[in-house]
Amino acid sequence: MNIFLYDGTFEGFLSAVFYAYARKVFPDKICGNNLFQKDMFAEEFTVYTNTEYAQRVWNGIEKKASKFICQKVFRVFLSEMSDVEMLLFDYIKLTLGSRFSIDEDYSNSTVLEFNNIYKKVTREAQKVVMFVRFQKTADGIYFAPFDPAYNVLSLTINHFKERFADQQWVIYDTRRNYGFYYNLHDVEEVRISDSNINFFTGKVNKDAMDDSELNFQEIWNCYYQSTTIKERKNLKLHKQFLPKRFWKYLPEKNFLEDR
Amino acid sequence: MPIPIAEKLKILAGAAKYDVSCASSGSKRTNSAQGFGNATYGGICHSFTEDGRCISLLKVMLTNYCINDCAYCISRSSNDIPRATFTVKELVTLTSEFYRRNYIEGLFLSSGILKNADYTMERMVAVAKELRLNEHYNGYIHLKAIPGASRKLIHEAGLYADRLSVNMEIASEPNLKMLAPQKDYNSILTPMHVIKDEIVQNAEERRKFRRAPRFSPAGQSTQLIIGATNDTDYRILNVATNLYKGQNLKRVYYSGYLPVNSYDNRLPAIVSPPLKRENRLYQADWLLRFYYFSVDEIVNPTHQLLDLDVDPKLAYALRNPHLFPIDVNTASYELLLRVPGIGVKSAQIIVRARRYRKLNVTNLKKIGVVLKRARYFIVCNELPNVTIQDLKPESVKRQIMLSETTPRRTKKELYTQLELFPH
Repeated sequence: MNIFLYDGTFEGFLSAVFYAYARKVFPDKICGNNLFQKDMFAEEFTVYTNTEYAQRVWNGIEKKASKFICQKVFRVFLSEMSDVEMLLFDYIKLTLGSRFSIDEDYSNSTVLEFNNIYKKVTREAQKVVMFVRFQKTADGIYFAPFDPAYNVLSLTINHFKERFADQQWVIYDTRRNYGFYYNLHDVEEVRISDSNINFFTGKVNKDAMDDSELNFQEIWNCYYQSTTIKERKNLKLHKQFLPKRFWKYLPEKNFLEDR
Repeated sequence: MPIPIAEKLKILAGAAKYDVSCASSGSKRTNSAQGFGNATYGGICHSFTEDGRCISLLKVMLTNYCINDCAYCISRSSNDIPRATFTVKELVTLTSEFYRRNYIEGLFLSSGILKNADYTMERMVAVAKELRLNEHYNGYIHLKAIPGASRKLIHEAGLYADRLSVNMEIASEPNLKMLAPQKDYNSILTPMHVIKDEIVQNAEERRKFRRAPRFSPAGQSTQLIIGATNDTDYRILNVATNLYKGQNLKRVYYSGYLPVNSYDNRLPAIVSPPLKRENRLYQADWLLRFYYFSVDEIVNPTHQLLDLDVDPKLAYALRNPHLFPIDVNTASYELLLRVPGIGVKSAQIIVRARRYRKLNVTNLKKIGVVLKRARYFIVCNELPNVTIQDLKPESVKRQIMLSETTPRRTKKELYTQLELFPH
């Protein structure tokens, strides 16, 4: 059994694909360094990340399939699911080895699984767009915590950049501890360690909040309550559309608890 | 004493919640250089209420004072309820502050009728105008066109709004006259015609001048109340089809009647809204818009009501067993859509995937076809299975209903024990 070890980045993964083709050694498992567990009977290969090799694989997929498929590969990688690297490797192998596009061959289990994960990641990105809630801070920056199941924050940045072009904002992934800050011109990746933000509840401290912030949260909560039709209450449906894992950062779902 | 904004919001959101229109889709408005907000073509829901409906737009009334006295409406003039009116500034602040916090996708503004239609419409347009021109807000705006408002005002509204709508409410004119004496079809259909004409004209203009301002880019919609009158599903779906075809409506919404004015004896005495019927009507509506069905295939003069036990597509299949089974590996896309248990997504996937190899049951299951329903109506690359040709439609219906029995909808509904001592 061959195990490929790489550094956990997307470039690293593409380098691993290059490595396999260059040396004609095909992996049975591709594993990030930090998640690696030694296997007595396996042979280990350490892959060093090489941007040039990664680019060649990327170009190869684009030439054989399309830009869209490249994007799909990247999104599936962002799922960070266990063994997703091997699935991706199989998928890329199929793509590179075929004379025609295999992306719609849904009766092939690799392709189907690949497309299902792609769908899940895309949906999670959509959830970020839906359920992000900004809190206005005293210095005028809008701060939003989020805890996405997959590493999808980067996929939503363009949406927020276009929409909130005239306000400074930060969207922060509390699980992976990084975020994006928009300074009215560009978006940059940031890590925050600010005592004014409680990363457990995702709330900005009252002193660091804009004066009107709590007021608007309360009014929003008011709206949320009064737009519900009590006679049609359907909590099962409610939870289906708005799963509980999103509730922690929604002011309409936990505003009353802190009072 | 002025009412605080939160109180006003309670009153006016509470009055607007019975309007079920929620879409924020259909517009591609982009952000301007110094502005904020944009529209997304697919629309975005930002939250969900406990009744399971989405919150996409800040749905409020400008005012719930109204000169009309419609029997089905909570804000009718003869009701003794708290009343309030938003100022333009209040609405603008609420919309932009909520929008900037990503609570909402835009504004949905409806209104009771103050003095007369034009007076009311003018104030609604003023809100949209203020948002667009002074705040440089480019998010979604949905405005109600007030029946009887002048053409000029509707034109202006369409320039600022992304979608306009006029609610029809009742699916036949005599019933509308009975419940809402001040309304008639003429006053409802006239603004619809105006909006349609303006949209057509605008499309023409934009072909000539690419930068011509858009008129109501997300089209128009309407709403029908279900169960407040004796109108049948046949009538309702025919009205809906005519609206889709004749007026180019984007959406017809169906709203199960809630007994808000239970004292009025022109209305039926019901305890809970007809949710199941509403659900079936939406399913039928989808069949009309996305599945190439015609109204007569779903309901007809002999079957005027939709079957509440099974969805309209399954009901259609059970009424027409001679059309099945369909071979999944050869049938056209349109035919695949007729199979119960195969939706738009699965049909598209099947059409693509079968180019590689013939599909079998396992493939179909993994693709997402609901085999519980579909298995009686298809053949695929597999040994022959029991289809509707081998069984009677009634037993197929029974088997499907049994297989879909959830613990909550117990088997009791299907199997009832005989009574030992019948009375």
